[in-house]
Amino acid sequence: MKLDAKIPEGDLSEKWSKHKFNVKLVNPANKRKYEVIVVGTGLAGASAAASLAELGYNVKAFCFQDSPRRAHSIAAQGGINASKNYQNDGDSVYRLFYDTIKGGDYRSREANVHRLAEVSGNIIDQCVAQGVPFARDYGGLLDNRSFGGAQVSRTFYARGQTGQQLLLGAYSALSRQVAAGKVKLYTRTEMMDVVIIDGKAQGIITRDLVTGKIESHSAHAVILASGGYGNVFFLSTNAMGSNASAAWRAHKKGALFANPCFTQIHPTCIPVHGTYQSKLTLMSESLRNDGRVWVPKKAGDKRKPNDIPENERDYYLERKYPSFGNLVPRDVASRNAKYVCDEGRGVGETGLAVYLDFSDAIKRDGEDTISAKYGNLFEMYEKITGENPYKVPMKIYPAVHYTMGGLWVDYNLMTSVPGLYALGEANFSDHGANRLGASALMQGLADGYFVVPYTIGDYLSQMPYEKVSNDHAEFQKAETEVRERLNKLLSVNGKKTVDQFHKELGLIIWDYCGMSRTAEGLKEAKEKVQKLREEYWTNLKTIGTQDELNITLEKAYRVADFMELGELMIDDALNRNESCGGHFREEYQTEEGEAKRDDENYSYVAAWEYKGENMQEELHKEELNFENVQLTQRSYK
Amino acid sequence: MSEAKGMNLTLKVWRQKNASDKGKMVTYQVSDISPDMSFLEMFDVLNEDLLQKGEDPITFDHDCREGICGMCSMYINGKPHGPLDGTTTCQLHMRNFKDGDTIYVEPWRAKAFPVLKDLSVDRTSFDRIIQAGGFISINTGNAPDANEIPIPKDIADEAFNAATCIGCGACVAACKNASAMLFTAAKVSQLSMLPQGKAEKKKRVEAMVAQMDEEGFGACTNTGACSAECPKEISLEHIARMNRDYLNAKLTSDNV
Ligand SMILES: Cc1cc2nc3c(=O)[nH]c(=O)nc-3n(C[C@H](O)[C@H](O)[C@H](O)COP(=O)(O)OP(=O)(O)OC[C@H]3O[C@@H](n4cnc5c(N)ncnc54)[C@H](O)[C@@H]3O)c2cc1C
Ligand code: SF4
Ligand code: FES
Repeated sequence: MKLDAKIPEGDLSEKWSKHKFNVKLVNPANKRKYEVIVVGTGLAGASAAASLAELGYNVKAFCFQDSPRRAHSIAAQGGINASKNYQNDGDSVYRLFYDTIKGGDYRSREANVHRLAEVSGNIIDQCVAQGVPFARDYGGLLDNRSFGGAQVSRTFYARGQTGQQLLLGAYSALSRQVAAGKVKLYTRTEMMDVVIIDGKAQGIITRDLVTGKIESHSAHAVILASGGYGNVFFLSTNAMGSNASAAWRAHKKGALFANPCFTQIHPTCIPVHGTYQSKLTLMSESLRNDGRVWVPKKAGDKRKPNDIPENERDYYLERKYPSFGNLVPRDVASRNAKYVCDEGRGVGETGLAVYLDFSDAIKRDGEDTISAKYGNLFEMYEKITGENPYKVPMKIYPAVHYTMGGLWVDYNLMTSVPGLYALGEANFSDHGANRLGASALMQGLADGYFVVPYTIGDYLSQMPYEKVSNDHAEFQKAETEVRERLNKLLSVNGKKTVDQFHKELGLIIWDYCGMSRTAEGLKEAKEKVQKLREEYWTNLKTIGTQDELNITLEKAYRVADFMELGELMIDDALNRNESCGGHFREEYQTEEGEAKRDDENYSYVAAWEYKGENMQEELHKEELNFENVQLTQRSYK
Repeated sequence: MSEAKGMNLTLKVWRQKNASDKGKMVTYQVSDISPDMSFLEMFDVLNEDLLQKGEDPITFDHDCREGICGMCSMYINGKPHGPLDGTTTCQLHMRNFKDGDTIYVEPWRAKAFPVLKDLSVDRTSFDRIIQAGGFISINTGNAPDANEIPIPKDIADEAFNAATCIGCGACVAACKNASAMLFTAAKVSQLSMLPQGKAEKKKRVEAMVAQMDEEGFGACTNTGACSAECPKEISLEHIARMNRDYLNAKLTSDNV
């Protein structure tokens, strides 16, 4: 298989405009003859579904929650980047492009990232026009804050609930198209497989989560906007239902999976406190605008934080990175938290936490100002921990948050399967080995509002109007396979619950393929995961039937896929003999403990091809060519 | 903290196999519950236990567990989302209960929210209210520069307060008439306050109120229970604003 990223020729800043001119168009009157399936109604899916419907295409949109408005995007807190330069602080499309490439540790495509920066401003315009209530200053104009990895203020925000407001905007656009009859909505409906006929994605198989009914839907193209796979780790900041099954099914049907080991561990989350814990809660990165991170200078210092005098505290990020201070990128902040905890200087009961302290900011700006910026986050913190962060520093620790890896896509956001697209966190595209804060929302909405509506026309214009019938033999076959797989899960009759397996899997991946990795550890982890997966199919305990609302079966189905994906993450981490961004191999570090890349040998996207049950996947390399930025050791000092 | 002695509790939980089943309360005992657990984590523990015993775990809706997706929806001891003000079920922690307590857990009860199974209800009626008019008609790509229309901060803030509604339905569950006024008003009010939303102000309020009635939600008799139980503390002001908008629209309506 030859990977062609289809990056347009020409100057970086002209590629996208030229490409838009060169793609084939579907005549407005003919758009209604095409049907597109969109799996997922988060920022990426809802924006794509609404925009395609506005253009005239017929859309079917699917989500597993009871309403499109509840997609995991709703939980995003801190903000969304755009190079508007409203603050007049020197921002530009090029600077956003450059920061993103550098932040990703030079493992993403220049052309994609530049396009992202180009459309970022349009996203803000669009959202404001929809009624998204971004924060404003007293003059009534839009306000900005700073996020990690940038020295300009380009982050637009809506208190600590930006994702909610953006998603409700996209949801309203989607709802308008539902009312117009252009989008047909399927809620509490899970995509179980993609159907490929004549080498092209031409439909999906779904399961109605309430009745258990299996159905076939055919279409001219299929878009996956099904989110990331952070829940492989069991404990993460993702919503409980977030899963990788849609992407993984597509992978098993031929779509390459890129850079699976690039996962993001977010530095500021509420620490783990018990084995019953079901998920981890993020405290937005925006808090690092005003909060100062510190630990005691002495190991094992058990005094209360407010009893530790200033000169016995180590503000280690400010000390090590004077120019970025507390706003270093996430991978750097997380790794340093781990280092100080490894040195025995961690705080709290478990010693696996550092302080995030707002007392200076409160002294400087007053409690009201801090509460206006972060009130809802402080409240959330207090609800969970029972401690008041206005009085005592927050305790935070890194947690799994985001996955940069995902389905491989070309410049058009098409996977290696013709007619199958991947948007948002489900694809691997723009963030390289580390995503900068406030850039996922930007990417999801860029993909859905401003990229795929153009690029999909190029493909559809070459398709016949007549779509395949959904009783084509391939649909029948796929339906049968789905039923069989569900039956298999229901008939194992073992002793261990899905959650027990999931927790075990998560621990293996966290310990060996988390914040730091070694070849030796990864090899051990691979064996462990293989064993666990074998046990899964012989000792799993489930209950009930597939013809009813069955929460145990839903989980069992998803965790089976996590097991396989977990193994691929390990393979990928083992293959990449370098450190870059969130992928930190202990063998490859600079003297100061920073990630040490190997540009000569690893400046490529690792795209994996599924080869069959229990077979080693095959690696394909997409070389990354940097024509505009110079690769350097990332420095935030 | 986590070493604190666990609590023993009695749970009385609504069990209903499916929409057509009659349903009943069933009693369960849970033991050694940590005060740091969330209410839903306590349910996870119970569900693991049930599954181990070969019984069907209790179906309940949840996803973000951060109080923002609006999916969780338990009616706890006679209150939607339980005893703590301004808190969703998922954000409620066991430190708010005492050892030996008996806790009653039921689904939202409303004609427009039929039970699907156990504690899970169908809230698609809310989606249809939004589809009726809870949007500003602007196609992708048509928007002017975002800073073209300055919006006074107090208006932006007030619109924001309305926009924080998570669509959970607690307002309906709290209301003796099962009215959806607070939910509907929050959206109507957000959009009608903003300059971008003014053009469709009349049409929107009429269409959304009509849909609300069609879904079978009850009438509003101003008891204020909705706002008191709303986890996002959406203010009754929005209902007053919607009523004014509605009256105004009706008085000058073209759709008589
Ligand atoms: C707590 C938190 C805070 C964050 N804060 C920020 C922030 O401040 N700024 C930022 O830029 N990013 C942030 N992120 C990251 C960002 O929110 C996500 O990356 C982004 O929202 C993902 O959007 P999406 O549309 O790709 O997928 P999602 O929002 O995850 O949506 C996935 C959709 O797919 C559907 N789906 C999945 N599988 C199936 C299936 N098999 N069948 C049918 N439907 C399916 C789901 O129902 C859902 O509708 C945050 C993430 C978290 C966890
Ligand atoms: S108004 Fe409050 S109670 Fe009603 S749906 Fe919105 S958030 Fe829930
Ligand atoms: S689970 Fe999302 S609000 Fe409670």
